[in-house]
Amino acid sequence: MIAADPSLNLGLSLGLIPLAFLMWLCTYPSRALPMLAPGIERLPQWAVAYLRLAGPASLAALAAVNCLLTSDSTPRLLIGIEPVAVGLCVLVVARTRLLFPAVLAAVVLVAVARAFGAG
Amino acid sequence: MSDAKPETAVGTAAHDLLPESRKRLMRDALAIAAYALPVGLVYGLLTLQAHFSLVEVVVSCVVVLAGGAQFAAAGLVKDRAPWAAIAGVTLLVNARHLLYSAAIAPYTAERSWRERAVMAHFLTDETFALSLAHFRRIGRFDARGYWLGALVILIPWTLGSAIGYLAAGAVDTTRLGLDVAFPAAMAGLSLGMVSGRRDVAAAAGAVLVSVPVGLTAGASIGLVAGAVIGPLIGLAMPERRSPPADAPESKDATERAAEEGLP
Repeated sequence: MIAADPSLNLGLSLGLIPLAFLMWLCTYPSRALPMLAPGIERLPQWAVAYLRLAGPASLAALAAVNCLLTSDSTPRLLIGIEPVAVGLCVLVVARTRLLFPAVLAAVVLVAVARAFGAG
Repeated sequence: MSDAKPETAVGTAAHDLLPESRKRLMRDALAIAAYALPVGLVYGLLTLQAHFSLVEVVVSCVVVLAGGAQFAAAGLVKDRAPWAAIAGVTLLVNARHLLYSAAIAPYTAERSWRERAVMAHFLTDETFALSLAHFRRIGRFDARGYWLGALVILIPWTLGSAIGYLAAGAVDTTRLGLDVAFPAAMAGLSLGMVSGRRDVAAAAGAVLVSVPVGLTAGASIGLVAGAVIGPLIGLAMPERRSPPADAPESKDATERAAEEGLP
């Protein structure tokens, strides 16, 4: 359990810092434009509705791709404890609206399943 | 930021409400800090799996300051997705901030351009939810309230991420099941943003599109297809009828979703 992860990188690798700034460039305008240029937020109603739906849709797609597909170059459908654990997480969030205990429950389920050779 | 400038009046200014509202803001802010720290721990773990360095983790927290997009980026970096795909997902995930900014704008209209430009960087889900509720209670802008709402997410989020990164390096993450934390967090976050049947349809549609497209064209393309087409499926869903005019006033869906979201 205490096997140190070789990916721990306490050095000064900076290769992903430009990515952080790229992400900032993709985030800041939507935070700033309506505050800095009043009136720009008066988008058509359908556009506002689309933007509101883009958040949950993007995150759901991310969850699905990461728990239902293998990470090979030619992905296959993943059958295992992971999709069940993600389903458990969704259930806990739906009941409690709290993310951390939900993620914890999913992690514990997978850890227990793997400990018994079922993961 | 200083409180030296005159406050912007929106609605009835009631100075006597300010101390009470700030106390309530503080209580709400502490509750948010209490969950931002552990969620930051999960993010720190994911960045370790994606081979970030500690410096990159901290910089991403301070510069991006958008938990959902950061979680997504960590997963995509791990899968060696192109940066253009990460940028596209970031745009989509964070597009909702347009609505937050538009809702805050009437309260900040009289502040200087520079101050608004700096404030905008910190307009996370939580900062929006805390500050808008505070402004509505007092009927005007309050710089101290806004910055409290901003710092209460920035500090625990960054600190939690760094601690999570360092702590996860000492354990066998696969054996402990920690690799499932990313998809679980994404699914939980998505559900946290759901506030109506259109959101449900958008999220379910995104899943139904992303998986088969991912199987045939690759995971990154499946992801983008789901993220783009899912909201269209949500839009195709008829909207719920408006409540009757005499129904009690309820919170706006954007604000509700923000209170339940992440940085």
